[in-house]
Amino acid sequence: MMRRLLPPLLSGSLFGAGLALGGMTDPARVRGFLDIFGDWDPTLAFVMGGAVIVMAIAWRFREHMAHPLFAEKFSLPDRSDLTGRLIGGSALFGVGWGIAGLCPGPGIAALVIEPASAAIFVVSMLAGMFLVRLVEGSA
Amino acid sequence: MIAGFTLSAFPDAAPMNGLFGGILIGLAAALMLLGAGRIAGVSGIAARATGISDSGMSKSSAWMFLIGLPVGAAIVAFASGGMEPSFASPVFLIVAGLLVGVGTRLGSGCTSGHGVCGVSRLSQRSIVATLTFMAAGIATVALMNAAGLEVLP
Repeated sequence: MMRRLLPPLLSGSLFGAGLALGGMTDPARVRGFLDIFGDWDPTLAFVMGGAVIVMAIAWRFREHMAHPLFAEKFSLPDRSDLTGRLIGGSALFGVGWGIAGLCPGPGIAALVIEPASAAIFVVSMLAGMFLVRLVEGSA
Repeated sequence: MIAGFTLSAFPDAAPMNGLFGGILIGLAAALMLLGAGRIAGVSGIAARATGISDSGMSKSSAWMFLIGLPVGAAIVAFASGGMEPSFASPVFLIVAGLLVGVGTRLGSGCTSGHGVCGVSRLSQRSIVATLTFMAAGIATVALMNAAGLEVLP
């Protein structure tokens, strides 16, 4: 049980700590990064860069592993098709990201930093996700 | 919080905090990949935990990951002596939340799943998704600024 639940808890905690340390739980930092025509704040590029470099190394490790450390097999996305749904959905996400300066991770992590505001965002986000499921049937 | 280099052209930026924060996020995603064999994509995990999506990790694992997010953020906030960022007003938060929720389901991911895990894997879908949401976010902020819409107090 612990062997199964501890890794995701540790992963989530590290993730949340990284978001807060990197300033991503501050909407002004995120909007500052997107504001390339104004007073640009490049901090988010360092966050993304640091995370991508570490993960690029992790993907190399994965090539030499028959199975994950605490699970029987790798369960990873394998699609490569570019669809209107992917691009349209990502565009809608980007508009929402730009409006409030929050994406899913920082929104949930901010529940301990600014609970009322973060909760409004997270509940609305879940409502949006539920809406897609309602319209499309079970996903 | 962390000393070290600053960028003279961008005195408000926090490159060291950003880099270390990013490394922590990368380690978190690496643990999820190499430990559990899965992608640390927050939108997908949130959908899985709440039963909106039926695919992905176990529901209990999804909840563990989600609970970890504020736990980790709280530790950093406490260690740094508190954080008091400004957030948008409720109307903006609701509109933004709905768009983020709909968009991440249709687009199969967000900044973490596509932006960190997919881009580092050189996934074609994730690179296109990341370029798209970055462009949309940049355009949104530019248009709102042009219209004089102040979101953060």
